Amino acid sequence: MKVKYFAWVRERIGVAEETVEPPASVRTVDDLIGWLSARGDTYAYAFETPRVIRAAIDHTHVKPDAVISGAREIAFFPPMTGG
Amino acid sequence: MTAAVTIRIQQADFDIGHEIAALTKSRTDVGAVVTFSGICRGSENGEPIAALTLEHYPGMAEAEIQRHADEAMARWPLTGLTVVHRVGRITPGENIVVVLAASQHRQAAFQAAEFLMDYLKANAPFWKREESPKGTSWIEARGHDETAAKRWTKS
Repeated sequence: MKVKYFAWVRERIGVAEETVEPPASVRTVDDLIGWLSARGDTYAYAFETPRVIRAAIDHTHVKPDAVISGAREIAFFPPMTGG
Repeated sequence: MTAAVTIRIQQADFDIGHEIAALTKSRTDVGAVVTFSGICRGSENGEPIAALTLEHYPGMAEAEIQRHADEAMARWPLTGLTVVHRVGRITPGENIVVVLAASQHRQAAFQAAEFLMDYLKANAPFWKREESPKGTSWIEARGHDETAAKRWTKS
């Protein structure tokens, strides 16, 4: 699946998007945050406070317990500040 | 006549007069157009800023605005809705966003414009980074923006 990062999440990780293949044990958005955090210091820094991270699956906002199977694109970003 | 919904995300500035004219052109059933425009301030929390840079999530930003526009169209008797949101570097005094709601009567137009702005602030994937004499930093979300959006879901 494709993973995209925005704003300071993107800056901390250092890439805007990448393709990842987490194991089947990674079922939810929260699981994916944990799995990504273990990939390295930049990821751990980006996800150091998981409760402030927002997520979207295929362009729709989701909660941390959302199941990721079947997702084409998952995005992680800080709370939004548009308008 | 059918109601027109226009949604644009662009770097270029927009002309509010032109956007109003587009909602009323060739029709005589519009009695009210409410316009909200958001403008870049020259200071944030008392500190001067040189510019804002707006980032968005292409694809999702359009989809989120469309979803909320559809909801506004279903909730109020509108004749048209326009949302234009700029991205990229914006300096103080420049436009950031405009929301226009047109209706036969003012109440629906006022309410729809406020509803859309409240939802945009809390749910549309845009992020502002500010440039100040101290460097650049991401603007933090305000809790009252989420509170403002949630009040529309109470019945």
